Amino acid sequence: MEKATPTAVALEGATVAFRVADGRVYTAVEKADLAVTDGEFVAIVGPTGCGKSTLLNLAAGLLQPAGGRVRIFGRQLIGLNREAGYLFQADALFPWKTALDNVAIGLEIAGAPRADALKRARSWLASVGLAAFANRYPHMLSGGQRKRVGLAQVLIRDPKILLMDEPFGPLDAQTRQIMGNLLLELWSADKKAVLFVTHDLEEAIALADRVVIMSAGPGARIIGDWRVPLARPRDIFEARLDKEFHALHREIWSVLKQEVLKGYAQSSQGAEAS
Amino acid sequence: MMSRLRLLALQLLVAIVALALWQFFATVPVFGKLWLPPFFFSNPIDVGTQVVAWFASGVIWKHLLITLWESILAFAIGSAAGAMVGFWFARQPLVAAVFDPYVKMVNALPRVVLAPIFTLWLGLGIWSKVALGVTLVFFIVFFNVYQGVKEVSTTVRDNARMLGMSERQLTRHVYWPSALTWMFSSLHTSVGFAVVGAVVGEYLGSAAGLGYLIQQAEGVFDVAGVFAGMFVLSVFVVLIDVGVTLVERRLLVWRPEPLDRQA
Repeated sequence: MEKATPTAVALEGATVAFRVADGRVYTAVEKADLAVTDGEFVAIVGPTGCGKSTLLNLAAGLLQPAGGRVRIFGRQLIGLNREAGYLFQADALFPWKTALDNVAIGLEIAGAPRADALKRARSWLASVGLAAFANRYPHMLSGGQRKRVGLAQVLIRDPKILLMDEPFGPLDAQTRQIMGNLLLELWSADKKAVLFVTHDLEEAIALADRVVIMSAGPGARIIGDWRVPLARPRDIFEARLDKEFHALHREIWSVLKQEVLKGYAQSSQGAEAS
Repeated sequence: MMSRLRLLALQLLVAIVALALWQFFATVPVFGKLWLPPFFFSNPIDVGTQVVAWFASGVIWKHLLITLWESILAFAIGSAAGAMVGFWFARQPLVAAVFDPYVKMVNALPRVVLAPIFTLWLGLGIWSKVALGVTLVFFIVFFNVYQGVKEVSTTVRDNARMLGMSERQLTRHVYWPSALTWMFSSLHTSVGFAVVGAVVGEYLGSAAGLGYLIQQAEGVFDVAGVFAGMFVLSVFVVLIDVGVTLVERRLLVWRPEPLDRQA
């Protein structure tokens, strides 16, 4: 039975290196191995600057690995990953398009007739709770509303894989939880493979099926992999009160803490050196 | 917060006081001497009479239309050329690097010195004035479009690519809108320069237009005529600027208001 579920994203010994200003090579991620099965929600947690986003960019095809391989549904990834939708950390909406046009654009460029695209965009805006804001431009929306538009913009194309880079990072604590629940609700409708990057361990456990921990950079590696035993469907307000949640949190944190301290020490050394 | 009416009244008061002082010192001797001799300064009543006479006889319309037409042509041609070249340079860094010193050189040249050349090449008609305006408008639009394409945020661009945009779709949905924003935000400057090009061109040699009118009056030491021409010209520019503001509001509806204009 297990064999029947295909692997959506597979990183096989993937290494990412950048050439930095003085000609040296900086290895951001070293020989990362990670497999996300179809329909699985995987959260990646790690200290700041450990290369979590780099891992996502690999899976998206925005970055090419210096070593190793990326496979998407078994096929080696060359160029951009056409199966994936990407929700960015920073604002990525087109500021000159209304919320509705921002959501519809993915269908329009794929050749859908404009009327159809707008109709489906309207229904997607309604599912993220923004039916009344269709004609607003991004600057007229709050941070949380912009993230909702972003979510609809990505999901309307029905990607098989969802890549999310600290998507709720800039939001306040309450809005983050509401967005988390909205994400779970939309995800449970047709389970996609999700790769969700965050620095917030609680958020990771509350949302994901699996939590993966990365070590501090440079040369970050994957150092831990936990299955989250919480039941689905899940409410993340409730999940946080669960006994198992706390036990898992304590267990993962004991590992993560070392890396966070290491990462912190390195970044403060770096600041002194420069 | 001051009421609109009160503000308007104060603004009018400034004009009235200034005109009254001008009229007074131009007609009433103080300490046995006219401080603003009519030969050099004319006076508001004579200037006003001249303006009214122009409009009553209708001669002014021909000149206004010529200047307007030259400005529109200079703006349209300069903007189109500036936008196209700016876009091209921004998307082809090699081209931009090769032409960079020449662009800087031509842009550093005071455009007035080109007027005689244009008159020589294009004659005394409207096209030599249009050409002068084009050289002014072109660079403003060029630099703004160039900047607009370069300033597209990498996140927005990556997002567009992940949504499946091809290079052509990127151009249409991302680079052009960004470039046009920058171009529109410099609309006041470029329209202003189109008028400057037209009027300066007329002043330096022509047979019609507001610049010609001012130059003719100056030639016969008709100071009232010079001031009247300047007055008509400034009203003309203010009206065009109001029009530009209206267009701008329509085009840039998606942009946040600058902070100082909010509240």
